Amino acid sequence: MPDIKEDVVLDARNLLCPMPVVKAGKQIRTLEDGQILKILATDRGSIADFPAWADDTGNELLEWHEEDGTFVFFVRKVEEED
Amino acid sequence: MLETHDTKLTEDSVRQLVREEIQRAFKKDPAKKQACIISSKGTLDWAYPPLILATAAAATGMDVSVFFTFYGLNVIHKDFERKLKVSPVGNPGMPMPVPMPDIVSSLPGMTSMATTMMKSKFANKHVASIRELLDVARESEVKLIACQMTMDVFGYTQDDFIDGVEFGGAAAFLSEARKSHLTLFI
Repeated sequence: MPDIKEDVVLDARNLLCPMPVVKAGKQIRTLEDGQILKILATDRGSIADFPAWADDTGNELLEWHEEDGTFVFFVRKVEEED
Repeated sequence: MLETHDTKLTEDSVRQLVREEIQRAFKKDPAKKQACIISSKGTLDWAYPPLILATAAAATGMDVSVFFTFYGLNVIHKDFERKLKVSPVGNPGMPMPVPMPDIVSSLPGMTSMATTMMKSKFANKHVASIRELLDVARESEVKLIACQMTMDVFGYTQDDFIDGVEFGGAAAFLSEARKSHLTLFI
């Protein structure tokens, strides 16, 4: 198991596309620069969706793994520089 | 700075510089953050794709406009729960419990049966409902624009639509679309 300490956990289990990404988008806005969001999801599509979402939003996907059918993602909030 | 490079400008370093500059320009390009979607179909199944893509795009920080035209107006009509249906007729791709020829699926009641089936299947799988997606879209500031021309043709007034809907024509859509890298006709 990776040694990452999250600041906030988002439980998006049992939700299907696009709701995990929608909830993550909403949640990450409440975090401060550098804080870490842990996301739990059961939607298989999230394996592709969260890396793409992190890339598009400029946040950093630190690590993800599968745990008994749940996909766990760690995303570090990166404040946008304009 | 170029002076630091011009002593040893190899082909690779030039390529690298160009790549970096393109990436920098792309990052600053406002069109990358804008999405414009046309929703033109008025059945339950086809109400999903524009709303799913619009809410997902908004979740990635994009400014999204969805332009509802022709039968797509059903999606934002106040009575969308009743108007959005799905029919097995002429849709051989629709999964049915038993194979069904069009002559059977066109019997009275089959459309509402198929609609109920699809709604309960989606609910069982925890797919968001159209109502939820519309709520999420409005919460995340997706612009929902009804096509004034088709409204007039179908005899709709602005009061027929859910709260938060804006109204416009082709020029309004095109003006947004020309500033967007992402434009979809659904």
